[in-house]
Amino acid sequence: MYGNAYISPEEAKQMQSQQDDPKQLALFEARVAKGEKVEPGDWMPTDYRKQLIRMIEQHAHSEIVGALPEGTWITRAPNFRRKLALIAKVQDEIGHGQLLYSAAETLGKTREQMLADLLSGKSKYSNVFNYPAKTWADIAVIGFLVDGAAIVNQVINSKGSYGPYCRALERICYEESFHLKQGHDNFVYLATGTPQQRNMLQEALNRWYRPLLHFFGPSDKASQHSEKLMKWRVKLASNDDMRNQFLDQYVPKILELDLTLPDPNLKKNDAGIWEFSDPDWDEFKRVINGDGPCNAERLAVRRYAEEAGRWVRNALMRKEEKYVVPLA
Amino acid sequence: METNKSLDPRVQRLNIGAQNGEANIETHLVTWEVFHQEKKGKQAVHVGIVHASSPELALVYAKEVYGRRGKTTNLWVVKTSDIFTFTPEDEDVFNTAPEKLYREAGYYKVRDRIEAFQKRNKETA
Ligand SMILES: [Fe+2]
Ligand SMILES: [Fe+2]
Repeated sequence: MYGNAYISPEEAKQMQSQQDDPKQLALFEARVAKGEKVEPGDWMPTDYRKQLIRMIEQHAHSEIVGALPEGTWITRAPNFRRKLALIAKVQDEIGHGQLLYSAAETLGKTREQMLADLLSGKSKYSNVFNYPAKTWADIAVIGFLVDGAAIVNQVINSKGSYGPYCRALERICYEESFHLKQGHDNFVYLATGTPQQRNMLQEALNRWYRPLLHFFGPSDKASQHSEKLMKWRVKLASNDDMRNQFLDQYVPKILELDLTLPDPNLKKNDAGIWEFSDPDWDEFKRVINGDGPCNAERLAVRRYAEEAGRWVRNALMRKEEKYVVPLA
Repeated sequence: METNKSLDPRVQRLNIGAQNGEANIETHLVTWEVFHQEKKGKQAVHVGIVHASSPELALVYAKEVYGRRGKTTNLWVVKTSDIFTFTPEDEDVFNTAPEKLYREAGYYKVRDRIEAFQKRNKETA
């Protein structure tokens, strides 16, 4: 579904202290500047590897945790066709998780270790999945707008410098276009339905407006850390630019259905930039640090899956097998 | 967590209480490189990896992850540790020297010669 890595200011500071061989670094930067892709066995700066693991891992966690709010409604989808589409989408999201864990694994961290860090709270996932899907209309909003936001992010990231991540993202984006289309279909169906359906959709939209503004993360233009990541093509657009692109693409598609967004200050200014009220970044920080409406449930479900499946994994293990880092 | 507050009936039924947070990292499975063949007569192309304890299971997972959409005729899986590659430092062994043009089809151009020959012949005739 999504990935926009969140780095706390303390972590960013820590990363800037890494030192690499300047000769190797210059060669690496020249390659990246030429648009060459970096492959797993290649030399890469320590921070490049670290940051990519963090970013791809967060993205992978977001896929598998992201399946949970939508999974909430599989048993109660309003008809068989919607149920089929939702099951397929949720299965895709888990598949995206698999692809991304694999891409991160090429950088030297095992999938098991990543899952362990998810459960211990050491590594994060997208905040947006810590909010509940209260009604079926929330599923329409998620499928259309959360996936829409995710696509903005993922299309941009697929132009990055790390080969395995780009390849995973290309496959993912192809499937995301189905998510978006079925989400839009669902959204339009409710928006053009009975007053009750419209009302349900409007309420869901009001609930998701703020988490959607949070989705791309706090403004990060000024940071030195971002500059380095941009140079290495790990990050390809600022959070504000991605958010603006999202609003530009999707606000008109909401308004054309005579729906509203719960923010009197939301408007496009003369320079073509979207302005909006402060979406309460303190709430964002609270939720990412564990204090959101669904954090505890999301992790408990993951933990349950981990525990309940352990005997199967243990039974499958062949201790004599030698593990090597995957190739691509 | 108060499980009975979950909006998901399946989660509610599970009644998950306190689970301990430790994941068992001893159970990390080996990886298999997956090759996907779209049509009969086409090459199998590397598409990614899966984790599995046996080739049979690797094929099952490969089908789920890489054969969910579009056409698939066959899938191959090869244990990652059974694949041998050049190292990135050896990249230069593939640099074709310019003087190796004699290996290329495009190097051999005789049309001009034939035309000159025919012109000469006509003049002497
Ligand atoms: Fe996804
Ligand atoms: Fe998606």
